[in-house]
Amino acid sequence: MELLVALIIGVLTACGVYLVLRRRSFPVVLGLTMLSYGVNLFLFAMGRLTIGRPAVIQADAAGYADPLPQALVLTAIVISFAMTAFVIVLALKARSELDTDHVDGRGES
Amino acid sequence: MNHLVVAPVLLPLLAAIGLLLMRPLPLGVRRALSAGAVAAQAALAVMLLAATRDGTIMTYALGDWPAPFGIILVADALAAWMVVITTVLALTAVLYASRGDDGSGRHFHVLFQLQLFGLNGAFLTGDLFNLFVFFEILLLASYGLLLHGGGPLRTRGGLHFVVLNLAGSTLFLFAVGTLYGVLGTLNMAHLARRMASVGPDDAGLVQAAGLLLFGVFALKAALLPVYLWLPRAYAHTSAPVAALFAIMTKVGAYSILRLDTLIFGAAGGASAHLLAPWLLPLALATAVVGMLGVAGGTLLRRQVAYLVVASVGFLLTAVGLGSVEGIAAGLYYLPHSTFAAAALFLLADSIASRRGALADHLVPGGAMSDPRLLGALFLVAAVLIAGLPPLSGFVGKFLILQAALGHPALPWVMAVLLGTSLLAVIALARSGSVLFYRAELVAAPPGEDQGRGAMGRLGRELAPAVALLLLCGALVAWAGAAHEHTHGMALQLMNPELYMEAVLGPASRSGP
Repeated sequence: MELLVALIIGVLTACGVYLVLRRRSFPVVLGLTMLSYGVNLFLFAMGRLTIGRPAVIQADAAGYADPLPQALVLTAIVISFAMTAFVIVLALKARSELDTDHVDGRGES
Repeated sequence: MNHLVVAPVLLPLLAAIGLLLMRPLPLGVRRALSAGAVAAQAALAVMLLAATRDGTIMTYALGDWPAPFGIILVADALAAWMVVITTVLALTAVLYASRGDDGSGRHFHVLFQLQLFGLNGAFLTGDLFNLFVFFEILLLASYGLLLHGGGPLRTRGGLHFVVLNLAGSTLFLFAVGTLYGVLGTLNMAHLARRMASVGPDDAGLVQAAGLLLFGVFALKAALLPVYLWLPRAYAHTSAPVAALFAIMTKVGAYSILRLDTLIFGAAGGASAHLLAPWLLPLALATAVVGMLGVAGGTLLRRQVAYLVVASVGFLLTAVGLGSVEGIAAGLYYLPHSTFAAAALFLLADSIASRRGALADHLVPGGAMSDPRLLGALFLVAAVLIAGLPPLSGFVGKFLILQAALGHPALPWVMAVLLGTSLLAVIALARSGSVLFYRAELVAAPPGEDQGRGAMGRLGRELAPAVALLLLCGALVAWAGAAHEHTHGMALQLMNPELYMEAVLGPASRSGP
């Protein structure tokens, strides 16, 4: 399971970095989204990978899942969601004001 | 538990919500409310400064959850100092904005208050994840403020600013996640205490996370390889926003200072002094590149933006010296550079608005109205920021040089500090002569400009910049007291055990 999760995080992050470095604004927005997915999974995994453990107190539990990363991820998801919405609107605004979707506002070339 | 600590964070949030609900009210009422809220924050900040003056570290446990479990706010001398600088700066910015810049789009004052909410929170929080959240709040508000008023140039600079900062936030989360995975806590004092017991197996991971954090804060502070977003974004936004943003890079510098002294300070175990080999060279290089940008600028506002870059370089040079004297000098230099840069942004806007289509392009043009007054203010601001005696820029740079005596990198520090100051003098003298001396000597059109109303308008326009310059003057007049205070602050920072004890209690119990 560790290997699988690590691979998923790695692939998501690598794709995100590649897309962020593109010159059109749409791939850049997609790249930021992928990066935030990658980092959310990473935060989640930092509470150690456990299966079938309760997060809140139970009398007969052998151990507990760490509840803190879950709270962190929830916050991070909300923030990245809002940021993505904002950056999409901004990219659309740039597209209509600069007449190009190049991230530097340059023309077609 | 003293509620004074949480008040500067709560007040702007409540003011923002209130202002949002008062949308139907006339702009004048909202302006008064916004300015009143900022003034109240400044008063609270001064109370906080007075309460932490004797070295007390005040803590505030949100929801009364005890320290390592709940989120905690910490007001030590440094946090109070930063909050005072922020709120005083914000007061002048909001007064300048109330002349009309706030009417060019919706919700200026709401965003302004949210920006202060994020800034004050970032300075006062004692929790790393909470710091991330406050960073996001201040960034989201700053995106709105940066684009306020619209226009293609703002959009283009804004897009870079937003995308870079979003990528930075991702790195921040990676670093926070790694630190939590290894150390099992996010409370900064608790992190610092656990740093001492990190085993050799985990030291690499912690150091990677620490350097990632440094990278993120360097992005916010506009340090050398990652400063490129700043000039374009700052040069094209509206003047009061640019003035307020003079503190934004200092948030990054503040976080670097916290990271450097608290978590990776002398008590950091295997990772002690992690940032030291990076900080000083990068800071010096930033100062050089920033000043070259000033010298090569063709727009006044872009020159000022590069001055902000260079001032972060000087500030972090002082911090990078790693001594009490260095940090004390840096903390004296910090308010000076913030106020002077903000005053220059405001003056540049006043100058640009008088030159018609030329705006702030540095080419000789027609005479502007009020040349003597504006020219004199520009001269004072330029002398301040270039660091000529007798004003506070000189005192700040002198203190930095004095702290560098005996440091192995002294020749570098001296060469960079003095060389860049010379560059600044040359560049600003050139700008001043192009703007004021080489203007065509046409008498200003007489008539409607001479009335009492015009004088009042001029007073309202220049009062914020004059106030900022006077604050710098106060830093000179009370330089002894100010330096003594920053020295006490630096002593407190260099003894992180004080911070840990204030938050977690004495270290006697062997680690929770």
